[in-house]
Amino acid sequence: MTTTQQTPPPPSDDEPGSRHDAQVIDREESWRGYAEESDDELSRATTLRLKAQSRKLLGELLRPYKKMIWLLVAIVVVENAARLAVPYLVHLGIDKGIPPILAGEGNQTLITVVVAVLASALIQAFARQLFLMRAGRLGQTILLGLRRRVFDHFQRLSPSFHDRYTSGRVISRLTSDVDVIDEMLETGFDGLVTALLTLVGTAVLLLTLDVKLGLLALLSFPVLFFLTAWFRRRSQLVYRRSREAVALVIVHFVESMTGIRAVQAFRREPRNEQIFHGVNDRYREANLESFRINAIFMPSIKGVGNITIVAILAYGGWQAYHGHVTVGVLTAFLLYLRQFFEPLQDISQFYNTFLSASAALEKLSGVLNETPDVPEPKEPAKPAQHARGHLELRNVKFNYVDGVAVLPGLDLDVPAGQTLALVGTTGAGKTTIAKLVARFYDPTGGQVVLDGIDLRKLTEDDLRERVVMVTQENFLFTGTVADNIRFGKPDATMDEIVEAAKVIGAHEFIVRLPDGYETAVEKRGSRLSAGQRQLVAFARAFLADPAVLILDEATSSLDIPSERLIQRALRTILADRTAIVIAHRLSTVETADRVIVLEHGRIIEDGSPDVLITDGGHYAGLHQAWEDSLA
Amino acid sequence: MFSTAILGVGVSLSVPLVTRAIIDGPVTRRELDLLVPLAFLALGLSISEVLLVWMRRWAQSRAVSDLEATLRHDLYVRLQSLPMEFHNRWQSGQLLSRVTVDLSTIRRFMGFGLLFLVINILQLVVVTILLLRLYWPLGVVVLIAAVPIIVVSLKFEKKYLAISRRVQDQQGDLATRIEESALGFRVIKAFGRREHVKKQFDDGAVKLYGTSVEKVRLASRFWTFLEVIPNLTLVIVLLLGALAVGRESITLGTLVAFITLMLSLIWPVESLGTILAMAQEAMTSADRISEILDTKSSIESGPEQLVNPRGHLRFENVSFRFSPESADVLHDINLDLAPGTTLALVGATGSGKTTLTALVPRLYDVTGGRITIDGHDVRDLDLKSLRSAVASAFDDPTLFSMSVRENITLGRPDATDADVQQALEIAQATFANDLPWGLDTRVGEQGMSLSGGQRQRLALARAVLAKPAVLVLDDTLSALDVHTEALVEEALRNVLSATTGIVVAHRASTVMLADQVALLEGGTITHVGTHAELLATVPAYRQLLAAEEEEVHA
Ligand SMILES: Nc1ncnc2c1ncn2[C@@H]1O[C@H](COP(=O)(O)OP(=O)(O)OP(=O)(O)O)[C@@H](O)[C@H]1O
Ligand SMILES: Nc1ncnc2c1ncn2[C@@H]1O[C@H](COP(=O)(O)OP(=O)(O)OP(=O)(O)O)[C@@H](O)[C@H]1O
Ligand SMILES: [Mg+2]
Ligand SMILES: [Mg+2]
Repeated sequence: MTTTQQTPPPPSDDEPGSRHDAQVIDREESWRGYAEESDDELSRATTLRLKAQSRKLLGELLRPYKKMIWLLVAIVVVENAARLAVPYLVHLGIDKGIPPILAGEGNQTLITVVVAVLASALIQAFARQLFLMRAGRLGQTILLGLRRRVFDHFQRLSPSFHDRYTSGRVISRLTSDVDVIDEMLETGFDGLVTALLTLVGTAVLLLTLDVKLGLLALLSFPVLFFLTAWFRRRSQLVYRRSREAVALVIVHFVESMTGIRAVQAFRREPRNEQIFHGVNDRYREANLESFRINAIFMPSIKGVGNITIVAILAYGGWQAYHGHVTVGVLTAFLLYLRQFFEPLQDISQFYNTFLSASAALEKLSGVLNETPDVPEPKEPAKPAQHARGHLELRNVKFNYVDGVAVLPGLDLDVPAGQTLALVGTTGAGKTTIAKLVARFYDPTGGQVVLDGIDLRKLTEDDLRERVVMVTQENFLFTGTVADNIRFGKPDATMDEIVEAAKVIGAHEFIVRLPDGYETAVEKRGSRLSAGQRQLVAFARAFLADPAVLILDEATSSLDIPSERLIQRALRTILADRTAIVIAHRLSTVETADRVIVLEHGRIIEDGSPDVLITDGGHYAGLHQAWEDSLA
Repeated sequence: MFSTAILGVGVSLSVPLVTRAIIDGPVTRRELDLLVPLAFLALGLSISEVLLVWMRRWAQSRAVSDLEATLRHDLYVRLQSLPMEFHNRWQSGQLLSRVTVDLSTIRRFMGFGLLFLVINILQLVVVTILLLRLYWPLGVVVLIAAVPIIVVSLKFEKKYLAISRRVQDQQGDLATRIEESALGFRVIKAFGRREHVKKQFDDGAVKLYGTSVEKVRLASRFWTFLEVIPNLTLVIVLLLGALAVGRESITLGTLVAFITLMLSLIWPVESLGTILAMAQEAMTSADRISEILDTKSSIESGPEQLVNPRGHLRFENVSFRFSPESADVLHDINLDLAPGTTLALVGATGSGKTTLTALVPRLYDVTGGRITIDGHDVRDLDLKSLRSAVASAFDDPTLFSMSVRENITLGRPDATDADVQQALEIAQATFANDLPWGLDTRVGEQGMSLSGGQRQRLALARAVLAKPAVLVLDDTLSALDVHTEALVEEALRNVLSATTGIVVAHRASTVMLADQVALLEGGTITHVGTHAELLATVPAYRQLLAAEEEEVHA
């Protein structure tokens, strides 16, 4: 129902992902409040490392398709050879084909040339179709691989990372950043490859056609090179900014849409608009700047092209006048230059998407370089097939923020099969204990031990099979009620699902829904009432059937009859497994074998509920208050 | 913008003509003195072309990025104003993808595609006319070649429109999966369901992959086609042109100019493919966006203002259903809450308590009957005025990513520090003063996280601080321990004595805060009375609220 989250630990210095992503707040807007921030200015070293990382990622993504890529390069070479051959053949046709006709010697040469043009046109078409198809498919395959990889990595990272990184950013990495790369793969790849080949091919051809004219034309290349370098440098900065800006837009968007009910009820719309305007505007500025860089870059390229053409025209005209070059050569020259400069402008647009994509790739590689704070063991222990569920906390210390110990040193031994209830004032550290047992975090001192094995030695799969937690937030996923219960055990049959729902008393309300178990729960379960959501969440935990079950406020929103039903069910469900039950409703606690009263992270009472009720201590007081509240 | 574009096209077209002049004049007719002026003319033209392009782009950059930002802002504003019913129905990823992907598609098209589309078409037309004038028989050949291009383009367009819509929708679906995997991360972790979620994601991603590949296939065929036609035309032109030169019906210079001009068509035709594709995508995006912008909000603000509300709340024959085809969730609700009285709402899980309370601030609108505050139908009231008169603390406390102070003063931005402290005390939330930056600490997802009970108390403080005429507390004490709960209840008693209150409760202690209790059963209110009365006379009520012992053994 509620989200219990942890304050981000002070950002450690070496996390590329979070570091430059760190959110920038306007300090003057104090109502935004203060939080741990890291600055987003990139040091030179970070920039270099980012580049190296994203290059490495790119390499890894492409490596499996090495052969295919070479094949594509071959195809593209053929295509461009054919493409470039056309003007050359036209030149032949004019120079060699027409004089014989004029001289009345027949049109044999011309026909040959025309056939050759036809052939190259067909080859070009064939190669292009092949290339577009293959390259397109390859691009999508790479993209699919990237999506899978980043998605999986996010799921592998630890909760503390997610606390810090925030869901909006995760979403923005997986949607907006991946989409930018998609765009590049769809349009940019083709354009860039063609541009490079055209560049080289044209240079060679120009030189072979006529050295002097060729050299003159080549004079433009250094200028182009310089322009491109400038463009790349500026764009990289801008695109990095734009990636960060769009992430902030998404973060804010997701937050407002997730909390839309509160937004509307408390008339937060104007404030939200203001914030959104801020982040949106920053994104707009980044876009504007990239537009402007393009506005300088593209005409400049065109200018260089135009001037070169004019120079060739003048000089070539002069040469032709003196008979040093033929009109055909001059024509071919002009054609090549045109062919070179014309697409180059549009290609610079593609280059643009390429740079934008590399900024996105940097972000993604930053994420992929994050390692879980709760790492998988290098040498995992082999736990027994059937877990017994003997849980020990040995001198466990924990703090979210340095200096503020939430658990100053906790010793707790829960024998297999025991049901332990945790009670205590809000903020005492109950959820924290649960999270340590579920290994959301590792303790800062001491050990959490399951069946004699330190949790740090268990693989994630082994651990999750044994320990399941029903969190205070009972998040439901898009899908049907059955889907959501099945989440506890993906291969469960429908009978098992119905059985689980029956046991915890959710069956009645589910069958009354319009489509019964197949009713869609809608966005985050909004189709259901708070209590119904809790029941579904309970059913899915029950279905998971772990050795250790942690219930954190799992019944807080239920009415008393439903809660009683669950209590009765719990007696059987928990009979043969270890359980930690956190509840403010003492009725739930009474089913426990043992109760621990927690205050400021310390155990102040420990014993069976029957005994504690009578000894006049804290629990007795709580219990009395509870009884009174029911009267 | 377009005028500079058109000028630019004009200039770029005149360059080949100058080329012809040079080849025909100085070179062929050996008139050397013309070379220098012509070269300068070409240079001047070229440079002015560049300047025109630059000017156009510069002007365009602002227009286009402003357009995108404005659209995004409008979309956001619209979404915020659309009712809960809309938000429940729409997948969040679909909304998100509209705000991001679709808008950038439009930006790209406006910034790049649209202009080139116009320029290219213009260039095609002008060049064709020039070609016709240069030597009409060859010009006609070019003209004929345009026919298949147009026909295929039209066909392509239709198909591409459909497929890009499919891709975009699937992207939205995938975004939904992604969003859930991020928001539900802790649940996924707690169950160790990484593989399961990954598989679901994978299904979506593979589906998207399939459609994308299909799209690529379609596009690649079309693009190739666009490349073949000009080349084939070139072959014919070359053949016929050379023969014409042979017959001396045209000069060599004319043929060269003709072919130069014609080759200048190849790129525009070829890029037409990409641009048309882009245009289709932009069109689908625009469609998807207007789906939201055109949604009529079913909850519109009314004309009347509520001045100094007293908080006389009446439900008159209210009924409600979530959608026209479903059954009533609530029906025949009649309640009359005099100013200052408090009503406890008791009912089983899923009986409609939250729904009932949500009708008052018009998060949903009644589907029958009416609700009045101080005699005004809530639908006639200005939304802002209504929602400041009604404050709710929901069963799930939402904190926004901003300072604690801002979070609790949401309902009353002009609250003084003393007010804030008082509200914190009532809600037993003074812990907030001890946070690292005190009340300036940012909480919420992008800030410091708090325990469940702490969040709930802040949400309560927020509702209390608003000093509303009608205060709704929806099971707001569920995450508190018994002692804290007792303290909060004690403090709330004072607050509730001054306002009209609806308190949703599962426990007797909370019910006792109220003057009256209403029992919600089967979608309607079956009994109203004091706690003691109902406990004594209504078995269903006893069952819901009685101390547990008797039931467990019953
Ligand atoms: N990220 C954090 N930074 C600093 N303190 C934190 C953080 N997260 C939790 N705490 C604090 O740690 C303490 C224990 O929190 P925890 O969530 O374990 O409480 P709890 O006993 O479960 O309370 P509740 O009954 O309200 O759920 C609280 O004082 C809480 O404010
Ligand atoms: N968006 C919706 N669309 C259709 N039905 C809904 C929707 N939201 C809730 N319902 C149904 O309406 C009924 C009333 O829900 P409501 O949330 O008002 O219950 P509640 O009394 O507040 O229950 P709880 O004590 O569990 O919070 C439930 O049966 C629920 O399934
Ligand atoms: Mg907790
Ligand atoms: Mg409710």
